[in-house]
Amino acid sequence: MADGGLPVIARFEVRHRNYLAPDGSINRPLPAFASDASLLASLYRAMVLLRNFDRKAVALQRTGRLGTYAVSLGQEAVSVGIASAMREEDVLLPSYRDNGALIWRGVKLEEILLFWGGDERGNHFSGPVQDFPFCVPVGSQAPHAAGVAYAFKLRKEPRVAVCMYGDGATSKGDVYEAMNFAGVHKLPVVFVATNNQWAISVPLRLQTASETLAQKSIAAGFIGEQVDGSDVVAVRAAAEDAIAAARDGQGPRFIEAVTYRLGDHTTSDDASRYRPEEEVQARWKEEPIARLRAFLAGQKMWSKADEEQLAAECHERVEAAVERYLATEPRGGETMFDYLYADLPEAYVAQRRQLAGEGDG
Amino acid sequence: MAEVTLVEAVNLALARAMEDDPDVVVLGEDVGINGGVFRATVGLQARFGPERVLDTPLAELLISGLCVGMAVQGLKPVGEIQFMGFLYPCIDQLVNHASRIRNRTQGRLTCPMVLRTPHGAGIRAPEHHSESAEAMLAHIPGLRVVIPSSPERAYGLLLAAIRDPDPVVFLEPTRIYRAAKGEVEDSGEALPLDVAFVLREGRDVTLISWGAMLKETMAAADALAAEGIAAEVIDLATLKPYDEVTVLGSIAKTGRCVIVHEATRTGGFGAEIAALIAERGLTSLLAPVARVTGYDTVIPMARLEQKFMPSVDRIVAAARKACQFS
Repeated sequence: MADGGLPVIARFEVRHRNYLAPDGSINRPLPAFASDASLLASLYRAMVLLRNFDRKAVALQRTGRLGTYAVSLGQEAVSVGIASAMREEDVLLPSYRDNGALIWRGVKLEEILLFWGGDERGNHFSGPVQDFPFCVPVGSQAPHAAGVAYAFKLRKEPRVAVCMYGDGATSKGDVYEAMNFAGVHKLPVVFVATNNQWAISVPLRLQTASETLAQKSIAAGFIGEQVDGSDVVAVRAAAEDAIAAARDGQGPRFIEAVTYRLGDHTTSDDASRYRPEEEVQARWKEEPIARLRAFLAGQKMWSKADEEQLAAECHERVEAAVERYLATEPRGGETMFDYLYADLPEAYVAQRRQLAGEGDG
Repeated sequence: MAEVTLVEAVNLALARAMEDDPDVVVLGEDVGINGGVFRATVGLQARFGPERVLDTPLAELLISGLCVGMAVQGLKPVGEIQFMGFLYPCIDQLVNHASRIRNRTQGRLTCPMVLRTPHGAGIRAPEHHSESAEAMLAHIPGLRVVIPSSPERAYGLLLAAIRDPDPVVFLEPTRIYRAAKGEVEDSGEALPLDVAFVLREGRDVTLISWGAMLKETMAAADALAAEGIAAEVIDLATLKPYDEVTVLGSIAKTGRCVIVHEATRTGGFGAEIAALIAERGLTSLLAPVARVTGYDTVIPMARLEQKFMPSVDRIVAAARKACQFS
């Protein structure tokens, strides 16, 4: 043998989870929760709402009424599936593309618009009060998740931190450092990498030579699983298992949700510069919303009338949110000093007065 | 009262804070059984257990990021970075997260963490162990940057930093970790942040410094006194936000100012103080504001580091020159 007969001391496996095929048919027996028709319908509704919201947000950006915005088109199943498996008292640490998870957890649409419209009040949101805001610097929230989970463990609280980031973030030391620490201390944290194949213009094959992202957790000493990220049933099932294990003291888990970013990276990006149209068209055949609709329709759990009613509800909800967002008055300049420190240090009082138009700058 | 060194005062403050508040957690590389490479955390793990005195993996970014996550959950983490040259990977966490999460979330989340690190040159340490990057940190909105210059202030200011509701970087002057000794009563009483300490009063010239350089600065004041020049010496102590009132009040009295820091000159914190005086104290000035600083070079290794650092002679010469005006 070329290896001189050296003994193998370790072997590792990575499992892949999928239930729904792209045409909505079933590949394997569904998890228990899938017998709850109303739950599946709520997952579907959340994904459709997210897609409607995205469409409107892009329109607002194009007409100068919103700043740069990151759409979830094609990857709605990931944030909805993950968030739906969390308890309210768990803590979400999202990346900038996890709108769907925030909305599921109670953040108002107008609050998300406020954030992308350039107003910090959008981060003072109606979701669980300890959830983190969108993290813009890629992967830098992963160490926070480990810190949050450490606090849960220290206080013996049965809570789980859920940290979401993209495939590009798995190239960063931050993410590995956090996963490594979480493994050492068996922390109640679930790391979720949304592998949408592209980190802006850089494809996965230039991001990593790793066969899967899921295997990156093996180096940190815990289980990583790959899940079909366009199958919301699979995403939720994987999240349920991982969160339950973490809550049960079994330590962290890692989920690689393999999906596809059908849209541009953000409204400032033009993906046609780097991505072949044929690839995108092929991926449209696998997208999560049509897939779940096909399944639900096949099970007689969803009708055309349901679809029409949902479309009307989404339209109304999004339009009402947009109205509230646009009606939110900007704050005075001096408010940029608010919440800078618990109490504004004397040294900055004059600067604040200057912004308030009271002179004395 | 017991006489202790500066690093022993740090240890006393950490123990006191942990005793008083079960939410205080100490973490860093080798802080546990080893008690820290400078022994600042010695005995803490035996007393408070490995969950509250936590040996982390060798990953500085992680230490600062863990502190953010813990602090947002209401713990009071005190992270240790072994040397300031290893603090640079933490800058992302300090700038993008620790210092601004209160502002970003409009008060919904807060970050009451402390990041401690030895500061400065002069201990014949290996490469990358002698950094004086306080100005870089003091440029970050929402952060506090504190540096004590005596055991008493190390104890009182560290307690204040741990109790502060916002993130604090606590810089410990390595060169006087053991050289500075003083009586410290373990009373649990904090000293005020954001306030400068007047170490010596004088009418002729104001000497402003912080951390280990106050040793040379005070020696310079002694030498100047022998020449009949009465120097006022200010320990700035908190660099962000700093005590403009005490600085300007002293300049109004003396009309002359020499700022002393070992960090490199360009964009150093001395430039900020000089600008403040130019803007709001110019009419008091009898002489140009002078800076005595490290040079605009990489801080050299042991053989040259004494040439890099401000000496008593350089400080005296600058003050003398200031006094020759008018």
